[in-house]
Amino acid sequence: MKAASHLVMFRWLLRREMILAWRRKSDMISMLAFFVIIASLFPLGVDPDSRLLRYMAPGVVWISALLASMLGLGSLFSSDYTDGTLEQMWITPQPRLLIVAGKILAQCLLTGMPLVLISPLLALQFGLTSSEMRFLAVSLLTGIPVLNLIGAIGSALTIGVRGGGLVVALIVLPLCIPVLVFGAGGNLSLVGAVLALTLVFAPWAAASALTIVVED
Amino acid sequence: MLEASHLECVRGNRTIFRDLSFAVRPGDCFRLTGPNGSGKTSLLRMLCGLLSPTHGTIRWHGAGIETLGEEYFSSIAYVGHRPGIKDEFTAMENLQVSSGMRGIEISRKAAASALERMGLGGRLHVPARFLSEGERRRAAIARLAVNHSMLWLLDEVLTSLDRFAVKTIQLLIEDHLDAGGMAIVATHQELNLSSGQSQRIELAA
Repeated sequence: MKAASHLVMFRWLLRREMILAWRRKSDMISMLAFFVIIASLFPLGVDPDSRLLRYMAPGVVWISALLASMLGLGSLFSSDYTDGTLEQMWITPQPRLLIVAGKILAQCLLTGMPLVLISPLLALQFGLTSSEMRFLAVSLLTGIPVLNLIGAIGSALTIGVRGGGLVVALIVLPLCIPVLVFGAGGNLSLVGAVLALTLVFAPWAAASALTIVVED
Repeated sequence: MLEASHLECVRGNRTIFRDLSFAVRPGDCFRLTGPNGSGKTSLLRMLCGLLSPTHGTIRWHGAGIETLGEEYFSSIAYVGHRPGIKDEFTAMENLQVSSGMRGIEISRKAAASALERMGLGGRLHVPARFLSEGERRRAAIARLAVNHSMLWLLDEVLTSLDRFAVKTIQLLIEDHLDAGGMAIVATHQELNLSSGQSQRIELAA
């Protein structure tokens, strides 16, 4: 009975996030455009030597993905806080951890997936081979959830802070250094390990941060 | 039954109220009054479990609400200053999503009839950002009609509402009390309820 009600909640939460993202399409489009532009500036800014570009490509795509995913984090929880829906979620008979986990999952699906899907397109302009492209996409697929999980903590902590988006980036970017090093270095198993670690503690940390903000 | 005993609220370093005790039984409606800043919202948020009292306890059927957790939350409904309405959703979607988030699936028919009762019949599918302040509040109150919660905690729900809506809410509260529900309503306006036990908590400035 209880588990069934949690399932109903989880389904509605995902549905809610999907509809909201659809009605705010422009946010997603600007994020993707930002991703493409940042990654495309590198070949223009550095020596257009094809060997150098190929060598740099994973790092460049990773950094661009990292910066692009920062864009959506500022409003992950703050818009729900401002209109009072977060408060309402907090007094539903549902585990708060599950609510936060659902929001992060939706964020991964809605912003992470598009980034992963267009990454081969970017890799193309760096002259990567198709197997390298595939490897890059898989490393992003494992790594972007980590960025969103860590980002959720920053997003929860900065609710109500002026210039929240920038502060989120300042908190989150340094914490993303390990996953960036492992991801851009092609160390998939270590990215997976970081994912497992953040999967355990990030939703809990974000839920605790939100509780402090809401219960004030 | 909800029992509050010796509640004290301190915000910053100002004591807003202290030694506040009352008990709400099925069929009771408490009107919460007091000047601005006297702690009406703080008290309601305490009763929601969103603010811990500096001192004192709140019990629901004999157990402290902080130990009951989710079990307590399934018995309450709160409408606060921030209505909890998403601008991007229609009134209908807002109601369905908010019930869904409580873990209860409601049919479109049930949602529509609750909204119609609140006088939103013609605006079921209008995005909430095009609704007026009063209409958004009505959409938030429609939650009460579909939730079947025992205890209603309403914070200034009558502001920016017209006479028809005020009357409708009074009827809604009366029905709720007749069915053995409880309500605590913070308001500056009179509540003319013909059923239930009306009582009053007055907070001093």
